Amino acid sequence: MNNSIIIQIKNLKKDFPIGKGVFTALQNINISIKAGEFLGLIGPSGSGKTTLLNIIGSLDIRTEGEVTVLDKNVSTLSQIEAANLRSVYLGFIFQTYNLLPVYTVFENVELPLLLLKQPQAERKKAVEDALEWVGLEDKINSRPAQLSGGECQRVSIARAMVKKPKIVLADEPTANLDAENSHHILKTMESLNSELNTTFIFATHDEKVIQYLQRKISLVDGQVVNDEKVTNIPIGG
Amino acid sequence: MKLALKLAYRNLAGAPLRTFLNVFVLSLSFVMIIWNKGLLSGWDKQARRDTINWEIGGGQYWHENYDPYDPFTIEDSHTELSQAILNEEKLGYVTPILIAQATMYPQGRIQNVLLKGINPEQTILELPSSYLNIDIDEIPVCIGKRTAEANHLNVGDYFTIRWRDKNGTFDAAEAKIVHIFKTNVPAIDNGILWIPLETLRTMMQMPDEATLLVTSQEKESLGTFKGWIFKDHYYLLTAIREMIEMKSIGGSIFYLILLLLAMLAIFDTQVLSIFRRQKEIGTHIALGMTQKQVVGLFTVEGAMHSVLAAILGAVYGIPLLGLQAVKGWTMPVGTDDYGFTIADTIYPAYSLALVLGTTLLILITTTIVSYIPARRISKMKPTDAIRGKIQ
Repeated sequence: MNNSIIIQIKNLKKDFPIGKGVFTALQNINISIKAGEFLGLIGPSGSGKTTLLNIIGSLDIRTEGEVTVLDKNVSTLSQIEAANLRSVYLGFIFQTYNLLPVYTVFENVELPLLLLKQPQAERKKAVEDALEWVGLEDKINSRPAQLSGGECQRVSIARAMVKKPKIVLADEPTANLDAENSHHILKTMESLNSELNTTFIFATHDEKVIQYLQRKISLVDGQVVNDEKVTNIPIGG
Repeated sequence: MKLALKLAYRNLAGAPLRTFLNVFVLSLSFVMIIWNKGLLSGWDKQARRDTINWEIGGGQYWHENYDPYDPFTIEDSHTELSQAILNEEKLGYVTPILIAQATMYPQGRIQNVLLKGINPEQTILELPSSYLNIDIDEIPVCIGKRTAEANHLNVGDYFTIRWRDKNGTFDAAEAKIVHIFKTNVPAIDNGILWIPLETLRTMMQMPDEATLLVTSQEKESLGTFKGWIFKDHYYLLTAIREMIEMKSIGGSIFYLILLLLAMLAIFDTQVLSIFRRQKEIGTHIALGMTQKQVVGLFTVEGAMHSVLAAILGAVYGIPLLGLQAVKGWTMPVGTDDYGFTIADTIYPAYSLALVLGTTLLILITTTIVSYIPARRISKMKPTDAIRGKIQ
């Protein structure tokens, strides 16, 4: 397993304009993340977890500091370069799944591969594999409206994992799920993390998720207040 | 582009009712535009063909003083035919027509008319002049159906004609209707009495003279003749062209309204889509699309309505319009009294250029209408779009 640093954050600051003033969502953030980590940004609502996740995912830009993802300074990337970074190396899992309602499960999972212009045969194989990882082979032709919340989130994981990204960014992935579905999904992600060495970064305040994390970075009011590695994982492991 | 087409197709197929309604309205525009244009094109073609066959042949030489819109010029618009013209006449490439003003008295009424002398042997025009080749004491006259109906005249009826000859002397004679012809060209019918050319020349004391010369369609212009001005098809068909253009503008207003309704539906769908599908937009960006690509995707999605509309329009439009092209469009009774060249039944003419032009027009319009609201996507914040936050 290659445990080199893939995300490096130095002196990160993020301000949001509010009226005539600014709201500082993140400040003085310094974090290094290695490949294959299963870590969480934890903290209460408004602590800046999602903002940090968005900046790492090149969906938002920093105000000050430097964020390097896979040796790319995301602050200086053009729109096309940022899109390319997301398309090839990053997978996203959202709290509300963000599945395309008119697409079938297969089409939803296939979408990232279409953007990568993969040949049809390869796409089909990859989608089937991804759906097998999350245990949804039998729902291949269903539409999101026909699935439960847990199933939707599993489709969302399959979509994030289908291209075998280096990093998966999951924003409150279990917030809309019951305990059973949450554990099922977290186990799935945990096994993908160990099998594919994919780095998982969660933004969460859900205890169910926190139990599975190997590293917990706690944020309060936009600042890192604690960064601890968990060696003994009681439930997930 | 291929990806955008594929995704756009999936999005449209995923919302079948909405797509069908938009596509149906747009397809109506397609069919109506093609029908309207085809009808005008058919009318134009028929009117040109009839005018050429019945009135103007390959073109006309006018006496230099002749102005059909100024009756005062008729008296001075005649001259003796040169040997060169006579030679062309012998070869059948030109037929002279002499025009004179006169008054007729059908059943005691007074009616101003134009006497037009034509060689009964001519074959350049479809005018049935051969009926004038008859040996009777009266002046043989051919008239059109409109003139006959307006004056209550029938074949075999007699009436008096009064005219003033070259020297200003009034004279009169009995005339007999030998034939009533039906034509779509009112210009050779309304208020015109066709009589043998030689008879009119004798009446007017204008031997070997003519007012205008009609050339055959195979020769068109025969060169320059002194004292004569050649008028080609473009000039002689100006009235028809202008009328069709005018009708075309009128028709355009009708289908522009239809097109506007269709475009409104597309625009509305696009605005609503962008408003309601913000999460989808954000997801596309998160998955690796640039905002420009998402704008392109939504534009293609909107523009694809026009492609589907063309297909749907073809499904019901081809049989419908095809049937009408065969059966024709019957004009209401009395249309031939309007004063312009129009057949009883118009057969629409649908050309490939018309179909392709209409398709292109609708495709371009739909693309523009789809693009305008989609531009908004490029100003969206991806992080807000992912959460579906209204921007």
